[in-house]
Amino acid sequence: MSTSTTYRTCPRSGLQFEHQAEWLMKANAFVAVVWLLFGGILAIGVVLTRWPAVRWLEADTFYMVLTAHGIDMLIYWIIFFEIAILYFCASTLLRCRIATPKIAWLAFALMVIGSVVNNIAVFRGASSVMMTSYVPMMAEPNFYLGLILFAVGALIAVFVFFGTLVVAKKEKTYQGSVPLVTFGAITAAIIATFTIASGAIILIPTWLMSIGVVKEVDPLVYRTIWWAFGHSSQQINVAAHISVWYLVAAIAFGAKPMSERVSRTAFLLYILFLQLASAHHLLADPGLSTGWKVVNTSYFMYFAVLASMLHGLTIPGAMEVAQRQKGFTKGLFEWLRKAPWSNPSFSGVFISIIGFGFLGGISGVMMGTEQLNMIIHNTIYVPGHFHATVVVGTTLTFMALTYYLIPVLFKREMIAPTLAKWQPYLFGFSMYFFCLVMMGAGTLGVSRRHWDMAFQGAALAYEWPGAAYLMMALVGVAGIAAIAGGAIYIYITVGSLLWGRALEGGPASGKFTPIPRTAPSAVAQTYGSMGFAAPGTFALAMVFLLAFVLYYFINWKYLSTLWGLS
Amino acid sequence: MSAILPPAERLWYKHPIDRVEGTWIVIALTWCLIMFFMMVGWHVWGKQNLSTETYRTTPEMFMAKTQAMVDKYTVRIEKDENATPVVAPPAGSDVYFIARLWSFYPVLELEKGKTYKLHLTSMDYNHGFSLQPANINIQIVPGFEHVVTVTPNQSGTYSVVCNEFCGIGHHKMVGRLYVK
Repeated sequence: MSTSTTYRTCPRSGLQFEHQAEWLMKANAFVAVVWLLFGGILAIGVVLTRWPAVRWLEADTFYMVLTAHGIDMLIYWIIFFEIAILYFCASTLLRCRIATPKIAWLAFALMVIGSVVNNIAVFRGASSVMMTSYVPMMAEPNFYLGLILFAVGALIAVFVFFGTLVVAKKEKTYQGSVPLVTFGAITAAIIATFTIASGAIILIPTWLMSIGVVKEVDPLVYRTIWWAFGHSSQQINVAAHISVWYLVAAIAFGAKPMSERVSRTAFLLYILFLQLASAHHLLADPGLSTGWKVVNTSYFMYFAVLASMLHGLTIPGAMEVAQRQKGFTKGLFEWLRKAPWSNPSFSGVFISIIGFGFLGGISGVMMGTEQLNMIIHNTIYVPGHFHATVVVGTTLTFMALTYYLIPVLFKREMIAPTLAKWQPYLFGFSMYFFCLVMMGAGTLGVSRRHWDMAFQGAALAYEWPGAAYLMMALVGVAGIAAIAGGAIYIYITVGSLLWGRALEGGPASGKFTPIPRTAPSAVAQTYGSMGFAAPGTFALAMVFLLAFVLYYFINWKYLSTLWGLS
Repeated sequence: MSAILPPAERLWYKHPIDRVEGTWIVIALTWCLIMFFMMVGWHVWGKQNLSTETYRTTPEMFMAKTQAMVDKYTVRIEKDENATPVVAPPAGSDVYFIARLWSFYPVLELEKGKTYKLHLTSMDYNHGFSLQPANINIQIVPGFEHVVTVTPNQSGTYSVVCNEFCGIGHHKMVGRLYVK
């Protein structure tokens, strides 16, 4: 079986691609970008409607478009891309053939069919239930069926990934432990298994309810299990995009992890504790005990937050160490000033790391605190937070990775390199601003998933403060700028595939070249154990900590002024 | 030698740790524990903790209790198109508040500094209790009666905005609450 395929070694990167795996990666990544395009078009409708002075779409259209935007971006764009990353981390990084390519294609087909069926249900108009589809509000049966088909497909793809790891081990394509990036991908895949199983557990009965087989699904049970799917799927993203950060650090700088032990332990903490985060969606719910809320939403005493804070240090730290070895040793920050800022793979990842930490991370811990949650629950602060994690974090990282993959995987020269150089800045910074003003409006109480903040036609309308209107207008402006940034990405990606100059892929061979064993270097033996290798990164980390502590306690102060609640 | 290659040293968990990392681990872990104890500590010393007292209920049961309260304590009728009664229950009593498609019932009138047991439920879908401009946000789940003890600390006219999507009339679902 292992002889029926071919391998090529990319002359530009030295990466080895197996024929079947290569096509699977291309197909999954391409469909992902199609969903990003579609979700991006829907985003125009969302931001131009939430911009109070514009309020473009009618209410029913808006709720339909918002439902589709959420599902297409959060589920289809990201998971299709993640499947491509999983195959890359297994087959390409371990230099082995992909396990059961036919089953992998079946998984791909199921995911495509499921996502299309689900979207058709949404655009028929009777399934505007938002991504969360809380029962007893019901969508059409095909809404759930599409999601279930997609989930089954994704689960099969995850198993193909695990199978590929087994193949690599058996055929001895590498020695010792898997690379750190693959280790991160395994973390993502383990979390994905749990996540998709949770989705199936709750969506199958809900689908049966929609066709009249099951009488009732308990609303609170639904919320609890749905979030084990809904939030955990964002944890797949975290594990996946952090793996990509390590990947890009390795590619752009030749950086080695500061300490394999710290980085891998941090990934292990994700597997153990990150799942618990889904509980913070239920902090404002009835029926769950205080102890349950505190234990779960602190991710069991914040061990998963600790893990993120570690990755946030070790990735820039590894870059700093690599830069210092190249001679950029002046002061605290020469390594950063002399970084390849015009390489979109690097700039995208760096903007993503900073934004994910400062905007997504700090806000996420704040809103996930049991009592503080009451001041932001279901306000537009929540989408402000998750656009910082999922768009600045995951999407921007995947965009940065794409710029690397166009010549390497797709064998095309990238068109419009100057445009590509600017794209991460335009997209990243407009998203920073977008998230900030959304969180600002949310702090004033403005609701999420709301068509008209003026409450036209309401019997007892509420008048939001002027600042809330101003911030929602800025959400509109920043959103349009970010959409323009996204459009440039689509143009460069699709344009490169269509019109980019074809590049040499490297000769195909019937045999793989195993990864040579690297000898432990003298540096690695004593590496860092006595030194203070990344002082610049440490300084940045202290700035982060200061921002975190200040913002955290400001919110407690705000909370203490509210009505007494007990 | 890099993150995309197998580590040179076989046993990755025996790698040395740089002092930058070691120091940061200690700082970050300390901060995480402080945050954890803030949550626990606020239950002891803080005044804003969401109650977890919950009962199963049905729309009929809850409606009956609400109507009894409305019949007893209505002080006037709100001048809105639904002519919602304004109810002023005595301090310390059980106050029932209904969320349904697409209104809140009734309008409440509470006294500043007094404590009430606010019972929340939904007659149909999930709804949101978003008290503005105080900015207190609580989820309302059908089938569950959530009893929250509240003590208003400022007088004025408050609005209750539904902030959980509940269908096409969602953006018109606003209730009112007065604090004297």
